[in-house]
Amino acid sequence: MLYIPGNNPAMLLQGGVYGADGLLLDLEDAVALNQKDAARILVRNLIKTNNFYGCEVTVRLNHLDTPFGMADLEEIVPLQPDAIRYPKTESVEDLKRLISIVEEIEKKHNIENPKMTIHAMIETAMGVQNVFEIAAYSKRVDCITIGGQDLTADMNVVKTKEGRELDFARNRIVMAAKANKIDVIDTVYADVDDDEGLRQETEMIKGLGYSGKAVINPRQIGVIHDVYNPTEEEIRKAVRIIKEFKKNKEAGIGVFAIDGKMIDAPVVARAQYVLEVADIEL
Amino acid sequence: MKNILGFDVPDFIEGFGEVEHFTGSWNKLKNSIDEQIIAPPVKNTLAHTSKMRDSLEAAIDACNPHDGMTVTFHHHLREGDYIVEKVMFYLASKGIKDITLASSSLTGAHDCLVPLIKDGTIGQIFSSGIRGELGKAVSNGVMKKPVVIHSHGGRARAIKTGRINIDLAIIAASAADCEGNCTGSYGPSAFGSIGYAMIDVEYAKKTIVVSDNIIEYPCIPASIRQHYIDHVVKVDSIGDPSKIATGTTRITKSPMDLRIAEMAADAIEHSGVYKEGYSFQVGAGGASLAVAKFMRDKMKKQDIKGSFMIGGVTSYCVDMLEEGLFGAIFDVQSFDAAVSTSVYGNRNHIEISSDQYASPYNCGCMTNKLDIVVLGALEVDVDFNVNVITGADGVVRGASGGHSDTAAGAKLTVVVCPSFRGRLPMIKQKVQNVVTPGDTVDLIVTERGICVNPNSPNLSQKLKEAGLKVVDINDLKKEVDGITGIPVEPEHTEQIVGVIEYRDGTIMDVIRGVKTK
Repeated sequence: MLYIPGNNPAMLLQGGVYGADGLLLDLEDAVALNQKDAARILVRNLIKTNNFYGCEVTVRLNHLDTPFGMADLEEIVPLQPDAIRYPKTESVEDLKRLISIVEEIEKKHNIENPKMTIHAMIETAMGVQNVFEIAAYSKRVDCITIGGQDLTADMNVVKTKEGRELDFARNRIVMAAKANKIDVIDTVYADVDDDEGLRQETEMIKGLGYSGKAVINPRQIGVIHDVYNPTEEEIRKAVRIIKEFKKNKEAGIGVFAIDGKMIDAPVVARAQYVLEVADIEL
Repeated sequence: MKNILGFDVPDFIEGFGEVEHFTGSWNKLKNSIDEQIIAPPVKNTLAHTSKMRDSLEAAIDACNPHDGMTVTFHHHLREGDYIVEKVMFYLASKGIKDITLASSSLTGAHDCLVPLIKDGTIGQIFSSGIRGELGKAVSNGVMKKPVVIHSHGGRARAIKTGRINIDLAIIAASAADCEGNCTGSYGPSAFGSIGYAMIDVEYAKKTIVVSDNIIEYPCIPASIRQHYIDHVVKVDSIGDPSKIATGTTRITKSPMDLRIAEMAADAIEHSGVYKEGYSFQVGAGGASLAVAKFMRDKMKKQDIKGSFMIGGVTSYCVDMLEEGLFGAIFDVQSFDAAVSTSVYGNRNHIEISSDQYASPYNCGCMTNKLDIVVLGALEVDVDFNVNVITGADGVVRGASGGHSDTAAGAKLTVVVCPSFRGRLPMIKQKVQNVVTPGDTVDLIVTERGICVNPNSPNLSQKLKEAGLKVVDINDLKKEVDGITGIPVEPEHTEQIVGVIEYRDGTIMDVIRGVKTK
């Protein structure tokens, strides 16, 4: 997911062309205090008019404790982007407050079947502590994300390239998401010139179970797709497993072997996932 | 009259003469050429006489400078050139008038020439490109005769046919000996290939080699040989090689350029032209050079080896040669001083003249053997015509270079261009000025999609089958206009300030003056 500052018209206009899966139009940290109104108006107008080429559009709002959060909601909710991202979600009370305001605005605008979902951003120690309840609170919350910069600031530690200071939070957050069958997106990798570091971190979070990663520069998109896209070898293997699975299923066999290795339901499920990502239907 | 491309070109242009109209990219060349190649001048020197002159001024004085003479230069030192200024101001100090300046190109280093146009020292200009203050002055109508914009191949043709009839050729070299054997491949001011000057020395009535590095005889290797050279002179400095390329040889970090380059490389990969033994040319800078980065990755991954690269050569091309991705480089111009080491030391890095590079009037120009070329554009139009000479404000600010030569020769011509710059759309209904005709362009790649020339339906099919985003250029124009609006075209005067010559010598378009506010 590509972060785009909400007050940068050129980047907003071109956001859809870089091949990101989703765009995060940012009204929060990327926008200076004296630009908040301009960013809100710009993002509002572009959501109405711009072609984002099928990217999922998410707007990161300012927190309701700031002077800008309410105004952001009033402008953005009626437009029903794919999602809103709520920063510094610390508890279900935060979500309760947010969702009640969102629903009120939707009612006011006669939006009967709202499609817009909510991404809860976990970026405080308290948020990490409460993440299981946050992830489970509402069906509208279909994604949780980790905000590494703010979280390390809250922990009073330095965010390092190795990222060990985030180990616990990353593990706890991903488990909360998996327990509730929702998506989970990792934090940004700040050094835009270090492709190798980005690759290593992406491989690591993919291994943990993260669904994707936020980026701050379009140049980082290719590396993340490289890591997440299945290799030809993985696709070939998955095709073979699914074909064998179908054949065995017809014969009433649930567990079988390929090249001496046992293939059971979890292996079949993983193979099916690989084919889904590769957009292959057998 | 309106020519075949729909551009208004009169039959006669004041200060230029009768116009031979452009009738198609290969129309003139497909038949045998009914033009004479002029004979090189007959010259001699006596045994054991010295060609060394005490000063540049003395050397020029020895060449019979006169009103109406034609003086030529190469532009291998690009923004760092000191020599054009020195020579032209000396000729001005002698009161010489109405000089035809025929430099292979003119850069920002030549802003200083404007006063010499105003005082009548320079009467006409032939060049591949004009930029900066000189471009503004030309567009404001400072010249009495229109400038003639030619391609690199077109210049070699014009010299061979006597259209540019050289009285004095000045050759700046980074190393030279007392007889005039010289090179740009080494020395403190090394600039790489000296390809543009090679044709000048063959046909010029008088030649002067100017160098800040006179070495022991013989100069080895000699890119230009002594039997063409009349005079040799040492100067303090020929230029600043660090200004040969300012940022144009590094791979861009611009996400937009990289996106366009990646899309272009994907299109090349699936075009059917990219295969073992293919030949390749990319420009310097921006999205164009970035295509080389993506092709390099693909070639390594797919174990594809190319035959040769040509052109304007960057150190990035040299890296690909040294990695074994290509077997040779044919180098008419080095965009990066660092390339000179390769020109000097690598036998597979071959210096060529602009004649061999791109002239349509010989039996084997390299561009005719080219498989794939990637080019930039200032603007394009829905007929795939490309403008690389005038900006959105109508002012001359670019260069024809090898654009039309390579586009005509290559099997696959790819133009990379953002769909808009700032608030200006880059896809026009009709370009302000045409340098490369649309029928020689196969693909226009923007960040919003790949436009395939309707002349190549098979190519379109191939790219679609590969899952690439192929868009109709008219649809793309409409989309981009929806974002930017359609800007008002600049207001022009009636004065024709430039004539755009196609590589075969026919006239494709004229540049009108811009109205000053």
